[in-house]
Amino acid sequence: MDELLLRSLTPSVLTVLVRRGADFAAAEDAVQDALVEAVRVWPAERPRDPKGWLVTVAWRRFLDATRADAARRRREDRVEVEPAPGPASAVDDTLQLYFLCAHPSLTPASAVALTLRAVGGLTTRQIAEAYLVPEATMAQRISRAKRTVSGVGVSPARAKPRARGSFDRPGDVATVLRVLYLVFNEGYSGDVDLAAEAIRLTRQLAAIIDHPEVAGLLALMLLHHARRAARTAPDGSLVPLAEQDRGRWDTALIAEGVGILQAALARDRLGEFQAQAAIAALHADAPTAEETDWVQIVEWYDELARLTDSPVVRLNRAVAVGEADGPRAGLAALAAVDAALPRHDAVAAYLHERDGDLATAARLYAEAAHKAPNLAERDHLTRQAARLNARRGR
Amino acid sequence: MAKYLLLKHYRGAPASVNDVPMDQWSPEEISAHVRYMNDFAARLEKTGEFVDGQALAPEGAWVRYDGEGRPPVTDGPFAETKDLIAGWMIIDVDSYERAVELAGELSAAPGAGGKPIHEWLEVRPFLATPPTITD
Repeated sequence: MDELLLRSLTPSVLTVLVRRGADFAAAEDAVQDALVEAVRVWPAERPRDPKGWLVTVAWRRFLDATRADAARRRREDRVEVEPAPGPASAVDDTLQLYFLCAHPSLTPASAVALTLRAVGGLTTRQIAEAYLVPEATMAQRISRAKRTVSGVGVSPARAKPRARGSFDRPGDVATVLRVLYLVFNEGYSGDVDLAAEAIRLTRQLAAIIDHPEVAGLLALMLLHHARRAARTAPDGSLVPLAEQDRGRWDTALIAEGVGILQAALARDRLGEFQAQAAIAALHADAPTAEETDWVQIVEWYDELARLTDSPVVRLNRAVAVGEADGPRAGLAALAAVDAALPRHDAVAAYLHERDGDLATAARLYAEAAHKAPNLAERDHLTRQAARLNARRGR
Repeated sequence: MAKYLLLKHYRGAPASVNDVPMDQWSPEEISAHVRYMNDFAARLEKTGEFVDGQALAPEGAWVRYDGEGRPPVTDGPFAETKDLIAGWMIIDVDSYERAVELAGELSAAPGAGGKPIHEWLEVRPFLATPPTITD
């Protein structure tokens, strides 16, 4: 239980040190020392104000590390800079840390690693395990990221995304959301569930920043997470949406996601995460696959295409059109989408099958399997091709 | 991030530009080659892109199940004309372009005369685990 508390306190303690003028990397080391100390000392006596305790210890460690003077001088310094007692308000501090970790000068991989470490409070080993790389590699990735953002700082203007227009600049909250979404989408797992971790961090962000798109992302994650148990069979194979056992969907998470989404949509500032969450909500809302409101889903895809102009969105839209208006209409919509896109063949195969052209469908499923980016998808598509070939053979 | 396997072949790959068998290099040339490879790996460790790398012995055997209660069949201790893999490195990089860039650098390892070998390396993406969202 203390580990969760420590993880939730880590970002705000770190930001206090950074705001007091500590270099990011040195502050991070000092906070890690303080966490180790807490794990050692707290079981015997838990401090009344855990955050204040951590700030005090971390700041002392920072001073110890940066001032290579005599011990006498350090003792004097400690007394001199003793922070004021009592809990410090940490709301905006943590927000600054999110911005720093998603800084546009970092590669996505570095931003993700730094966010998990600094905001999430995960250990380097946990992050390395989640990404299936050696700990030394992840340690280097994180320390490079820390060097990159050291001295960058976060301007107050960036920490206030409420101003109109600031939402789409790099370094604004949209970048933070993209990083959190990357974490959520990772399928890897060590002893940390990255999807759950992304939800935890997004909840934290939603608590300190009032923006419909932050709520939209949180809703989107909750709605997808709610279906997770039904997405794979016990043997690890993929179960497509239409065939999922809807009894295994987490209705509490769905209700929470839908509630958050509706509140966000009511504010009439649509963004791509809200639109995606709306589509996920329409799927979650259907008692059976047949009862899915495909017409409304197509409308949301139209919104999404307008907001993002993304080819992947147009590809998904073609699937929805196929369901709403029939496979021929879906194929017509698909004709306007770049055929080189991943999963283009899989979508084409599905639409041809529904149109009754099993030979073409089987060939396209096999081609899609050949290009699949992961094993579960390849196996699934290979089975589809095999199923059609067996049916045609009879 | 995505993982890629960089494969180095003993044979089976197209001939390199600087195509001189290693046993005809000078000891210094061999040392320079090995140092280049080690430096390359160390540099990728620093950038956070290194996952693993190993050299493989040239001797290998085909092995096959030969039915219930029987020992597996092998083709004997001597390798024949199979495509033999000399070693591999796994990297974890931001893009396919970066993987190709790094493979290009590795292919420039010095060989005979201290000149780059220009050997052919195979670059293969890993099949990843599925993302949280596919539907």
